[in-house]
Amino acid sequence: MMNKRMNKPILDVSGLTMDFGGIRALDHLDFDVQDKEIVALIGPNGAGKTTLFNCLTGIYRPSSGDIQLVCPETGEQTRLNDLKPNKITEKGMARTFQNIRLFSRMTVLENVMIGRHCRTRSLILGAILRDRRTREEEQETVNKSYEILEKIGLAGQVNEFAGNLSYGAQRRLEIGRALATEPFLLLLDEPAAGMNPQETAVLVALIRQIRDEGHAILLIEHDMKLVMTLSDRIVVMDYGEKIAQGTPAQIRTNREVIKAYLGEDVG
Amino acid sequence: MDYFIELFLSGLTRGSIYALIALGYTMVYGIIGLINFAHGEIYMIGAFTSFIVATVLSIYGFPLAAIVVVAGVAAAIWSSAYGYTVEKIAYKPLRHAPRLAPLISAIGMSILLQNYVLLAQTSDFLPFPALIPEFAFMEPVAHIIGSSDLVILLTTTVVMLALTLLIKFTRIGKAMRATAQDRTMALLVGINVDRVISATFILGSALAAIGGLLIASHIGQINFAIGFIAGIKAFTAAVLGGIGSIPGAVLGSLVLGLTESFATGYVSSDYEDVFAFSLLVLILIFKPSGLLGKAEAKKV
Repeated sequence: MMNKRMNKPILDVSGLTMDFGGIRALDHLDFDVQDKEIVALIGPNGAGKTTLFNCLTGIYRPSSGDIQLVCPETGEQTRLNDLKPNKITEKGMARTFQNIRLFSRMTVLENVMIGRHCRTRSLILGAILRDRRTREEEQETVNKSYEILEKIGLAGQVNEFAGNLSYGAQRRLEIGRALATEPFLLLLDEPAAGMNPQETAVLVALIRQIRDEGHAILLIEHDMKLVMTLSDRIVVMDYGEKIAQGTPAQIRTNREVIKAYLGEDVG
Repeated sequence: MDYFIELFLSGLTRGSIYALIALGYTMVYGIIGLINFAHGEIYMIGAFTSFIVATVLSIYGFPLAAIVVVAGVAAAIWSSAYGYTVEKIAYKPLRHAPRLAPLISAIGMSILLQNYVLLAQTSDFLPFPALIPEFAFMEPVAHIIGSSDLVILLTTTVVMLALTLLIKFTRIGKAMRATAQDRTMALLVGINVDRVISATFILGSALAAIGGLLIASHIGQINFAIGFIAGIKAFTAAVLGGIGSIPGAVLGSLVLGLTESFATGYVSSDYEDVFAFSLLVLILIFKPSGLLGKAEAKKV
């Protein structure tokens, strides 16, 4: 098994359980993500993958268990269970959604600038007085946002409304907005869903680049080809439980996994 | 013709005062979907604060310009403190309650604040000092537009331009728009939504306080109940223009102000409210979302 730690984890989930009334959506889940690692979370529909994301990012409050986030630079450890979503983002974890949730009535540039909100400070008084610090901060926000837009290939469409972008571009913009919050761990919920092969290829290259720049990535994905080529490690879930984890090669031949995906009777 | 222009200008003045208050309704509605019925009282408290400050300062013989500025700033700060506190006490604990609960809480706050000012200040109309002098250069047109109308028009125009710029370009303005569009997503990109909501209440209250100062000085008297009527009228204007929309609130206020002014001038002042609310009914029949409101798209 892969229980031996390569180094110290930046996300450490242990015994995580989430009940909705009588329904157990997550059942004593244990897994971790290492620094600069790409981990894929797979499993049949309804396995609890998105519920897990919602627990990690503070949208749901887990029933029991422990979620620890460790900043790779400072080593500062934070328990995320009771934190609000905006605090969790501040701590360095950002996410995208399965169904795109851009601010569609704001421009491409504004969507990325919004991501910088938690890294900037000025409030009403600054906006009225327009002191030097406020102006410098605004300039820095614009500069950093343009950097990100270059990276995700949208620098030519900064003033377009987000709602008017093509599907693939909207997906990339969501990633760009998440990157603007300066996360060390990025959570992507089905980033390739509904993309054509070309768009997927661009996305794979983008995710690799993001990892190479020092971010860890935890992604939910149904596109197995993408998962197998991109991931360092795969965690497989079914009915809210972890049924396997390992490298792509290990998962490909795992009997439990084949059973979960294809049914009981497969030899 | 002079009479028409006079009515038109006084309608604009009225409308721009409504707009200062209506903006608070519409901004709060845009962000948390609540009709803040205590907003009219915030405006009334702004009027009282500027009354107290202005009276004290004029006793000590300060120049008029200084009095206006200090009274305006004091009213804006004090009203903002009330707006902020009302939100924290009466609305924030009910953020996840059914929609009717904060609405009732808002009505309760409105009654509470009215009665509190009634007890503290008596129910008499208090004479408000004339803070805006008659300018000499206005004399040739004084039969059409008074000096205080001019000041009100200019002040509201400047304030509204500033608000537009703030919402369009600044960090806090962007956060407000993001929160209005998708509150959960705003949280997830790291926006402290509670703080954005507080900022919205503070801004709306400051605008209402400036409105309070201007109208009190224009009319010349205040009492504890002025917030109720003004609040209802401004709320009407916000609905007329499309609640949740900032340009809508301004447009709705101007339309309402002009309607009232012409109704008063050409028919009778007894009928001003009849015309105002008939207009509201008509517009809502033909355009239920208001003049500039967007029909709410159902999220699937």
